[in-house]
Amino acid sequence: MNLPVPHLNRMTHLCRLRRLAGTLALVAMTAATSLAGSGAAASTVIVPATPAPDFTLRTSDGRALRLHEQRGQVVMVNFWATWCGPCRQEMPHLNRLYGRYKDAGFLLLGVNVDEDARVGAQMAARMGLNFPVLHDAGKAVSRRWDLNAMPGTVLIDRDGTVRHLHRGYREGMEVTYEQQIRALVKE
Amino acid sequence: MASGAAQAMPLPEDKAELIYHVYDGGGVQATGPALLVRKSLADRVSLSAQYYVDAVSNASIDVVTTASPFRETRTAWDLGADIVVRDSTLTLGLNRSREPDYHADTLSLDVAHEVFGGMTTLNLGFSRARDRVGRHSRGVADLSSGGFFDQAIRWQYRAGATQILSPRWLASANFEAISDTGYLGSPYRAARVFGAAVPERNPRTRSSRAVKLRTLGEVAAGTSLRADYRYFWDTWDVRAHTVELAVARQFGPALLADVSVRSYSQGKALFYSDNAQVETAFVSRNRQLSSFKTLGLGAKLSWTVPGLPPRYGVKLTGAVELKRFRFADFTDLRTGQPYRYDAKVLQVFVSSTY
Amino acid sequence: MRRAIATFSLLAASLLLGACSSIEPWVKPYERERLADPILQWQRHALADKHREHIHAVREGARGATGVQGGGCGCN
Repeated sequence: MNLPVPHLNRMTHLCRLRRLAGTLALVAMTAATSLAGSGAAASTVIVPATPAPDFTLRTSDGRALRLHEQRGQVVMVNFWATWCGPCRQEMPHLNRLYGRYKDAGFLLLGVNVDEDARVGAQMAARMGLNFPVLHDAGKAVSRRWDLNAMPGTVLIDRDGTVRHLHRGYREGMEVTYEQQIRALVKE
Repeated sequence: MASGAAQAMPLPEDKAELIYHVYDGGGVQATGPALLVRKSLADRVSLSAQYYVDAVSNASIDVVTTASPFRETRTAWDLGADIVVRDSTLTLGLNRSREPDYHADTLSLDVAHEVFGGMTTLNLGFSRARDRVGRHSRGVADLSSGGFFDQAIRWQYRAGATQILSPRWLASANFEAISDTGYLGSPYRAARVFGAAVPERNPRTRSSRAVKLRTLGEVAAGTSLRADYRYFWDTWDVRAHTVELAVARQFGPALLADVSVRSYSQGKALFYSDNAQVETAFVSRNRQLSSFKTLGLGAKLSWTVPGLPPRYGVKLTGAVELKRFRFADFTDLRTGQPYRYDAKVLQVFVSSTY
Repeated sequence: MRRAIATFSLLAASLLLGACSSIEPWVKPYERERLADPILQWQRHALADKHREHIHAVREGARGATGVQGGGCGCN
């Protein structure tokens, strides 16, 4: 028998494997908890009870639209993109809310961040969006507002103060949107 | 004054996929359909089911030199559930593979956790499998009275991380340790000692490790490059290197083409021998444990069917791959030369989101 | 001894990662347009990739770290 027989003790290498697994799990959890502390912080610019920063962006037909000129109406600014699944899921709900409350002084601004503005405009037309779609292809407004989420939704009251901030979209959030819009419109 | 943060990993998309696959090489033809259906429930859970059939017609070199060609069919079912809990996705999987003389069941659990603003994803996974081995006698599986003569248990531990490097580049590192215990050979395969055929003797344990590094990025508008490297080593002294390069390019909104090259090289197991000249505790002439190289060239073309509502993204895809196997220390007993063969792989499938 | 060194280094590395918590993520959610494109997906066709990995697992001696999810086959 000239063949060495390494690692053939069953208990040894299974124990070794389990210890390796335990170490891996420990490292992963430590890494996860330490890294989780960083990043994806809430915006420092958009804070409830502070005024919303101004911006001017162009709509799909080329008109310029300035946020501060919309004071007097309740404004919902929604940042979206054609490549963002939850954004597309949310759109029909936003369209419906706009149709229902626009006569009560509610304005919905859809800020599209697609690199190619035409792609955003085409999808907006295909989805039959009734509210103004603004284009932020250069991402200047996205950078300034720093919402750290896609989609990002900000509700601003008639005086231009930020009241609510929503990052991301999950099924059921449109109910919360409607409650908040209704409360703001009644003020 | 609510500040709702609904950050969560996205659920996999609902989709259905039907494939017809063909493998033809080294005297083996394996063909069959496979089906995958995936559906999400309540925006939190995504369930998937797969059904896979392999109709094998086996006249491989082992079979023709020691027995006679045969046909058999393998079917496999996979059930999976993906559950999203905030920044983590839990995936449970069950796989059952059945052929007349080999039953395999695997249970797996994987966790993917997004950290660092969604730029880093950490993965941990665990699988446990039990294989039951039987034996054909004269073309009929000897499975009477639960007649599997042995079994093998396998544990797999996986850990990995994927990192977004820039808006156009990604990288990932993966590690997997696999440990088996039990019957790890084949009841049909013979080893050769002093020129005579003897039943092979494999160790009853094997412990292996693999590390894979990958990067993927957009190198030009609409064109991406992927580079992978994997290093494998185990307690049977097999060492293998796998290098793969792939280029994907979008031609217009409907056509996506891929081209790939894969090179694999392996060093033989400690107890492998084409024709052993000494008596050893373990001996095998399993060509999968020999020293060999393979080179594969693949091409894939995917066409999105136009004119459908955006919800239904129907794609037709065809893929071919040519592989060449060159063995350094496994002799083709029919010719006396080192064995070599070429294989063709063909896949045609239709997939749709809904 | 070797394993103790390896374990210690892994733990030290992960604790150092904690020191990186002062680094902000440099790719913002609104900059991830290209990353959502099919050409930048690791795996586009689950069934086809699984079939391909099955071919490799049956014919090659190496296994693991394939990047394809799914149970092993276990065939002889």
